Amino acid sequence: MEGQLIIEAEELTKVYPSQTAVDRLTLKVQEGEVFGFLGPNGAGKTTTLLMFLGLTEPTSGKVRVCGLDPARDPIQVKRQVGYLPENVGFYDDMDARQNVQYVARLNRIPDDVSSKRIDELLNAVGLYDEAHKKVGAYSKGMRQRLGIAEVLIKEPRLIFLDEPTIGLDPDGTNRMLDLIRSLSHEKKMTIFFSSHLLDQVQRVSDRVGIMIKGKLVATGHIQELAKEKLGVDKERYTLEELYMKYFKEA
Amino acid sequence: MSGIFTVFRKELEDYFSSTRFLIIFALIAMVGVIIASMVGMTLQEETRGMTKPTLIFLMLFTSTGKLFSFVQFIGFFGPLIGIILGFDAINRERVSRTLSKLVSQPIFRDSIINGKFLAGVTTIAMMLVAIVLIISGLGIWLVGVVPGAEEIWRLVIYLIASLLYVSFWLGISILFSVIFRSTSTSALASLAIWIFFSFFVSLGAGVLADAIAPVNQQNVGADPAMIIKHEEVLRVTSSFSPMTLYSDATTTILNPMSKTTRGLILMGPMERLSISRFQNPLPLLQSLFIVAPHLISLIAITFLCFGICYAVFMRQEVRTV
Repeated sequence: MEGQLIIEAEELTKVYPSQTAVDRLTLKVQEGEVFGFLGPNGAGKTTTLLMFLGLTEPTSGKVRVCGLDPARDPIQVKRQVGYLPENVGFYDDMDARQNVQYVARLNRIPDDVSSKRIDELLNAVGLYDEAHKKVGAYSKGMRQRLGIAEVLIKEPRLIFLDEPTIGLDPDGTNRMLDLIRSLSHEKKMTIFFSSHLLDQVQRVSDRVGIMIKGKLVATGHIQELAKEKLGVDKERYTLEELYMKYFKEA
Repeated sequence: MSGIFTVFRKELEDYFSSTRFLIIFALIAMVGVIIASMVGMTLQEETRGMTKPTLIFLMLFTSTGKLFSFVQFIGFFGPLIGIILGFDAINRERVSRTLSKLVSQPIFRDSIINGKFLAGVTTIAMMLVAIVLIISGLGIWLVGVVPGAEEIWRLVIYLIASLLYVSFWLGISILFSVIFRSTSTSALASLAIWIFFSFFVSLGAGVLADAIAPVNQQNVGADPAMIIKHEEVLRVTSSFSPMTLYSDATTTILNPMSKTTRGLILMGPMERLSISRFQNPLPLLQSLFIVAPHLISLIAITFLCFGICYAVFMRQEVRTV
């Protein structure tokens, strides 16, 4: 898939007083891709996402998202980029519609425009019938889908999903992955999602990046990486084998 | 701007639909009504058959009746209103994980804290105005006097001072909600500060004054210079407390007969002369001049407190958000 670069990171580094969270990360993502960002817990995936969004400043290195520098133009970047944090929270005493509407207002979407869009989105994520329930009563899977609706309300070019399937049951996971796939195919959005669950990443992503201990150890199509690391002769491979190989080397 | 307004609107909706708002409002409305009817009836009896003294209307707020006056009540419990409205402003969002969502929207980060502070101030203003109106209404009905322009102006100034004072406490509690991650810790910290200022500063002022310029029962009157020094230390130390600032300012502004915020001992000879010579109430402008330093100090500490809060919030790493 050839297209415009939507994320460009060069030697991106983030040092916290106690450790180096991200170590000289260089990465390019094209518009329209589904990019799976793999790595064990604590590998620096969330920190990378925060730097892409301008929510934390890189210690050194350059990054451009949608052609902008997130540290300098955070508002412009956030206008075009949606972010679903891990274990996203909601105002539990408000219903689904009110929660999404608040996000819409923060994005300066007029109420008459947003009310129609909210209906469509809640329908798309399968929450239309429960839209008037207080979010406090929602299950984990419903909350996660509501989070997606909130991200989509601003009609972003690029969305960051941080561990979108964590804590979901198999049915919830499938619905989430279907949703990611349809966003990519139907709305042509670029999706960058982090996960430590390999089979899921394998099912939806065009390309993957593997991050271990703050370093990006590999990027590319899954087949290519498999060819490179596991040898061509192997017919069946799983991302798991590939990943373990990198993990042991690191 | 639109970010601030959106946050402000949502927070205001939250406040007005919250149980805590109802409880505080019911509590102070009840106390206000009780005080007003108590004081109103006392005033009615005392002034029966005689010409009503000037500015009797303001006495509804300042005279103590059987227990305490409304002004004293706000002086003591006003901080609690501010604390209850603000103690979990930021860390509630942190606990429910909505803060990271808020900061990833295209709004400036300060819109969040500004919107919250403004919503709190608006809530406080509405509460105070409503209660003053309730008391005024009851007072007009019971005492049968209509306030003049000057009394209304004095009430307005009193309201502004009270708003600043309660907003200061709102600022303190929001500051703690930024610093501490748990809502109970921030509530306790705010309460500790409240207790410190309401009890310990005045106690400490007494101790300090005794240490620097000891005055005891035996040598009263023996050394006037020492007594003056004692009083001065007491005054300076206790004016570190916002409570003192507020109560000095409001009693002077609501009581035109009081011509200074100082105690009798500290008055100069001219002040004493003027008090004995001129028994008329002070004009509004003169009262305002007397309390101007207090009002300015109240404004300063409120802004200082919010400023610190703002700075701490803006510098926090999002990771910890």
